Amino acid sequence: MSEIRTVGVCGAGTMGSGIAIVAARAGYRVVLYDTHEESLERARRQTEGFFGKSVERGKLTREQADAALAASSSTSFLADLAECDIVIEAVFENLEVKRALFGQLDEICPDRTIFASNTSTLSITEIASGCGREDRVVGMHFCLPAQLMKLVEMSPGLNTSEDTFKAAWAFCEAMGQRPVKTKDTPGFVLNYFLVPFNNDVIRLIEAGVAEPADVDRAIKAGLGYKMGPCELLDLIGLDTQVLLCEAFYGVTHDPRCAAPPLLKRMVAAGHLGRKSGRGFFTYDRDAMYGG
Amino acid sequence: MVRYVIVDTGASRSFPGPHPFLERASADGTVTVLLGAGAVAAYRPDPSKAAILVELGTECLGEATGENAGLEGSNTVGFARFRLGDGDPSDLVELVRQPATDPASVEVARAILEEAGLQVSVCSDFAGRILDRLIRPYYNEALTRLDEGLASAADMDLTVKLGLGYPEGPIELLERTGLHHHHDVTKALFETYGTRHYAPARRAVVAKRRAEREAGE
Ligand SMILES: NC(=O)c1ccc[n+]([C@@H]2O[C@H](COP(=O)([O-])OP(=O)(O)OC[C@H]3O[C@@H](n4cnc5c(N)ncnc54)[C@H](O)[C@@H]3O)[C@@H](O)[C@H]2O)c1
Repeated sequence: MSEIRTVGVCGAGTMGSGIAIVAARAGYRVVLYDTHEESLERARRQTEGFFGKSVERGKLTREQADAALAASSSTSFLADLAECDIVIEAVFENLEVKRALFGQLDEICPDRTIFASNTSTLSITEIASGCGREDRVVGMHFCLPAQLMKLVEMSPGLNTSEDTFKAAWAFCEAMGQRPVKTKDTPGFVLNYFLVPFNNDVIRLIEAGVAEPADVDRAIKAGLGYKMGPCELLDLIGLDTQVLLCEAFYGVTHDPRCAAPPLLKRMVAAGHLGRKSGRGFFTYDRDAMYGG
Repeated sequence: MVRYVIVDTGASRSFPGPHPFLERASADGTVTVLLGAGAVAAYRPDPSKAAILVELGTECLGEATGENAGLEGSNTVGFARFRLGDGDPSDLVELVRQPATDPASVEVARAILEEAGLQVSVCSDFAGRILDRLIRPYYNEALTRLDEGLASAADMDLTVKLGLGYPEGPIELLERTGLHHHHDVTKALFETYGTRHYAPARRAVVAKRRAEREAGE
């Protein structure tokens, strides 16, 4: 396989903008693509802000940050991804959207280009199906926030060639990330454990076993976790948890994955977590997490 | 400071070694703490006390105090310091109350535990309380998925440490603290809840049977 120099990232949302930072910081040329100009504009601002902070904190020199910024470009034209050696998609979590995108990219990109998907819940094999290069599609699941978290869960689809998987793995390491190999099954490792666990927490609260603050204290003091599950759910967003439940339950039919009634009631009441100022706990609306 | 008397009923899972909570006990006081494996059996009601604390294993508090159609509750609370198998006890104490438990008794119990440097989470009288109820299905899934080849044990452990910030992965943690203990706790939970997520995972069953055979030899 030829060397990876230019990286395409599709979707300039929460994950895509972070993944683009990871690649640019590691010295790759990065083209960030989104259909929405506003998403691209926000990503540009956030990227500049992030690299500025990295310099202030001494994590990058001014020259390194400038080089990373100079190597980053963004576009709303898919054709601008024609030179990419790998394209990582982080568009909406929707099978049809992702499949359509890979189908279009297959016509634009050279044969050597690897397609990677950052999906959290969909099957890599299904996303690859019919795209025209099923052997060159791989799962690359970054963690939120991608620009800070090292872990990447990597999964081959049923038709992924060994060469593709190896090349993507080496690229992941070259970006300074820590890949782990998982099977192409719903949620890989992280979400497979986390989504039902968080549902169990919600059901326990609904059953009146304990209050959210008591649950979080128990988990932190008893197990040494840095964050309690209620705090974490408020950060993920309770509406996002519902979407994750729907995706998981649809595939697994595991009752632990079904959205608990309390979760649905909270979402209906507008208690979405930090983003709405209230979830299991209440928040000052303007406070940014980790700020 | 509230004075409390400790009654020793056998080996204690919560306090297997020296601890300020033991050192701070008195010869007399308004609070009684039944400590050890025999605490539930040794329990006798005494309304003259500000609080009675009963150490619990996998039992419910109701097994000691009795229950009354959802109206149960008295000056008695259950407690267990959270601990995984042979691992050291954590600083977390789950304090168990019943529907009509006197709030003042809960607060007295909380105070003497916190004064000894422990953290307290209050919960209702359910099997597995908070922590075992939440983490055992997760451990069972991890063991099952290891069998099914989702990822290697090392990769699974690393994934939750890097991705979720957990101090230890599920497989290494169960290996360290004794898989056969996981079997015992899940078996007790399964008896109450009956859902497959609490059924002891194959690897835990194997570990338990081996432990039993070794003990018998
Ligand atoms: N948010 C997380 O915690 C997280 C973590 C890991 C993986 N993921 C996965 O990453 C992906 C993106 O999630 P996100 O949270 O960044 O979403 P997001 O909504 O923040 O961003 C999605 C972006 O994709 C753009 N987009 C949608 N369809 C497009 C298309 N056809 N072509 C180009 N751009 C398109 C949107 O305009 C938007 O800017 C999803 O697959 C999600 O499951 C999310």
